Amino acid sequence: MEGPADVLEVVVMSIVSRGFRGRRRDSNQRLPPGQYLTDDFPVLSAGPTPRISLDDWEFTVVTELGQSHRWSWKELTGLSAESVTADIHCVTRWSKLDTAWRGVSIDTLLADVETAADFALIHSYGGYSTNLPLEDLLDGKAWVAYEYNGQELAPEHGGPARLLVPHLYFWKSAKWVRGIELMPQDFPGFWEQLGYHDYGDPWREQRYQGD
Amino acid sequence: MSERTEFAFYDGNSLAGPLSEVFAVELTTAVGRCRSCGKSSEVATFRVYGPEPGFVGHCPHCEDVLLRLVRTPDALWLDFSGVSALRISMPADSTGS
Ligand SMILES: [Zn+2]
Repeated sequence: MEGPADVLEVVVMSIVSRGFRGRRRDSNQRLPPGQYLTDDFPVLSAGPTPRISLDDWEFTVVTELGQSHRWSWKELTGLSAESVTADIHCVTRWSKLDTAWRGVSIDTLLADVETAADFALIHSYGGYSTNLPLEDLLDGKAWVAYEYNGQELAPEHGGPARLLVPHLYFWKSAKWVRGIELMPQDFPGFWEQLGYHDYGDPWREQRYQGD
Repeated sequence: MSERTEFAFYDGNSLAGPLSEVFAVELTTAVGRCRSCGKSSEVATFRVYGPEPGFVGHCPHCEDVLLRLVRTPDALWLDFSGVSALRISMPADSTGS
């Protein structure tokens, strides 16, 4: 069995070589410090891929006062959707330019939600979580995405739906998203509890706590 | 697309390197009891995802998270909270009597 370190090296080398082949003139300005370009879409997972039937799927927003707002799959996909093209940056150093998504803006989902919360903890099917300031989910900066490249989002990339917050490192764009918990104070998520940065701005290279 | 599939996890022997950075004893042969399902399993049989952004060891019985390990440039972060107890074999003459 190949060790994980060997596998990682192969992945990184392929990212580096593809990156040099595929680099365009304007790309460097779009590449945050310490990142490589890739045309690939590497899959990183912290556990088995959850399988959720669309009949059972739901998205829940819970406010700091305990009020719940729920959307079934049919209700979510019935909301007005937006097409988004964005560069994404993974903390494991790959970046991918001009990725094409379709989904519902968090502004739409929170339009009728009354909250004074400053922070959000995102929850996923399978137990994953990630934290970020609520303002980073608002004003056209975040979506619940269910299409990638014009096709339904594949399970290994977080389908049926994932959070998309492209201005932060991609671990914040939680796969298999199932809801948002609104909180008055910040609370660390799955990787943030283990030394990763609470905010994760790729342009300030906020990979780990203290960066 | 990545060649890694959703089934691509490693066994717990992949934890030997990072764990040996901080523990003097070999931990992959230790037996951990899952806080969630109560079943015991050797660390070497954990289903391990990673190594990036970190190692995550799942219970081979119930799939709950048993341990998480992240190596940052200047620290190692270890969460063993999914394991309620860890049995580590020790030589009989090491009890200090
Ligand atoms: Zn278990």
